Amino acid sequence: MSSIRVLVGTRKGAFVLTSDGKREKWDVSGPHFGGWEIYHLKGSPADPNRLYASQSSTWFGQVIHRSDDGGTTWETVGNEFIYEGVPGTHQWYDGTQHPWEFKRVWHLEPAQTDPNTVYAGVEDAALFRSADGGQTWQELPGLREVKGHLWAPGAGGMGLHTIVLDPGNPERMFIAISAAGAFRSQDGGETWGPINNGLKSPHEIPDPQAEVGHCVHRIAMHPSRPSTLFMQKHWDVLRTDDAGDVWREVSGNLPSDFGFVIDVHAHEPETIYVVPIKSDSEHYPPDGKLRVYRSRTGGDEWEALAKGLPQQDCYVNVLREAMAVDRLDPCGIYFGTTGGQVYASADSGDSWLPIVRDLPAVLSVEVQTLP
Amino acid sequence: MIRVILPAHLRNLTRVQGEVALAVTAPVTQRTILDALEARYPQLRGTIRDHGTQERRAYLRFFACKQDLSLDDPDSPLPEAVASGAEPFRIVGAMAGG
Repeated sequence: MSSIRVLVGTRKGAFVLTSDGKREKWDVSGPHFGGWEIYHLKGSPADPNRLYASQSSTWFGQVIHRSDDGGTTWETVGNEFIYEGVPGTHQWYDGTQHPWEFKRVWHLEPAQTDPNTVYAGVEDAALFRSADGGQTWQELPGLREVKGHLWAPGAGGMGLHTIVLDPGNPERMFIAISAAGAFRSQDGGETWGPINNGLKSPHEIPDPQAEVGHCVHRIAMHPSRPSTLFMQKHWDVLRTDDAGDVWREVSGNLPSDFGFVIDVHAHEPETIYVVPIKSDSEHYPPDGKLRVYRSRTGGDEWEALAKGLPQQDCYVNVLREAMAVDRLDPCGIYFGTTGGQVYASADSGDSWLPIVRDLPAVLSVEVQTLP
Repeated sequence: MIRVILPAHLRNLTRVQGEVALAVTAPVTQRTILDALEARYPQLRGTIRDHGTQERRAYLRFFACKQDLSLDDPDSPLPEAVASGAEPFRIVGAMAGG
C-alpha cells in the first residue's frame, strides 16, 4: 500500500508527517533543525528519499541540508550563493537603485530525473542550480537580465519563491518573483522572458502594459498539461493555456481574490484549489472562517469547502508555499497555517481534519506519495 | 590549544558537545581562530562570517576575558589568556529577534 510523507517547514524547525494510504493516523517527527526557520523542504521525484531543506536564521544566515533516508538523518551541504559577475542593482522601496544582496533560499526544486540536480530560488531574487547534490551552486544569471533593475521587493522581501519544471520538456521552466512577476525559460534556464501579459495590477503598477513588477504569489501546473498554468497573484486568480503568453482572470465568485496558495488536483487537471484571504493588509480569512475554495472548471466558478475547518474566530494566514496535493485516489489536499495547524483532506477537499494543531507558524508544505 | 565556545545552534550544526579545541598558528586573532574553526567544520562557513566579505554576521558577537571584542580589528592579537588557552573565545548569538 502507498504511504504519504508530508514535509512541513515552519518558523522554528521542520516536521515530517507520515501516514499510510488511508491518511487517517499520522506520525509526527520533529522538530528537525529546531529554532531555525525552514522556508522550504522538498523531495526528489527521481529518488523520494533524497530531500533538500532550506534552513536559515537572522543570526547564522543560510544553511542547506540534504537527507538520503527520507528525513531521518541530514547532512549539511553547500551554502555559498554568489551572484554571477557584478550583481548590479534593483529598485528599492523609495524608487532608488539598491545593490543585489543574498539573504536566504525561499524554494528548493529538485530536478525531475536527477536527484543531484536541484534549483534554488533565493532572495534577493535569483535562480541557482546545483548539479552535485547541493554541494556547490551556480547562478543562472540570464533571469536577472530581464529588466532586473525594475524589480522591487514586496513586503516580505524580493524572493524567487516559485519554480515549476515542465515534466515533459526539461528545457522549459517557469518561475515567479515578488514583486517582479512570472518568467519562462525554454533553454534550461539560460535565457528568460517575462510572461505577464494579461496581469492587471492597477493599485500597484499604473502602467497596464508593464512587463515586470507584478506581485505573483504562486503558480501551479498539472503535469499532464504543462502549458496550462494557474496563478494566485497578490490580487486575482488567473490561468493561461499557452504557457504564459496570455493570462486571463478566473477569480469568478471567490469571496476575495487575494491569497497566496494555489494547487491542482492530482487527477483532474481542471480542478484547482485556493484559500481566499480577506485583503493584503489583513492577511486572514474573510469573516473569520477558514475555507478552501475549489473550482472544477479551471476557475470562474468556485465552491467553498468548509467541512472540518474552523468556521468562527479563525484569523490565520496560509502562506504561498503551504499547500500541496498527493497522488493517491481520491486525491489528498494539504495546507498549513500561520497558526501552526496542518489540515489534510483525503477526499479531494470535501472534508478536512488537522494532522497537527500546534506547530510553529507553517511556512511550507510538500507531499510525497511513496510506493 | 585555543578553546572556542559555540552558540547552541552552531553546536547542533557541527554536532559538537562542549568546547572546541583548536590548534592555531600564531598570531592568535579572530581571523586565525575562525579560519581554523571553519577548516575543521566546513559547515560553519557563512554562518559566522559572510562568505564574500568575511565580515562578522550582524547578530553574532565575540567575547573573551569578560570583554566584547566584536568591533576589534579581526587581525589584532587576542588577549594572551585566549592564546594560551586559559580563557575561551566565545561566539555568542545576540539577544535579538524571536
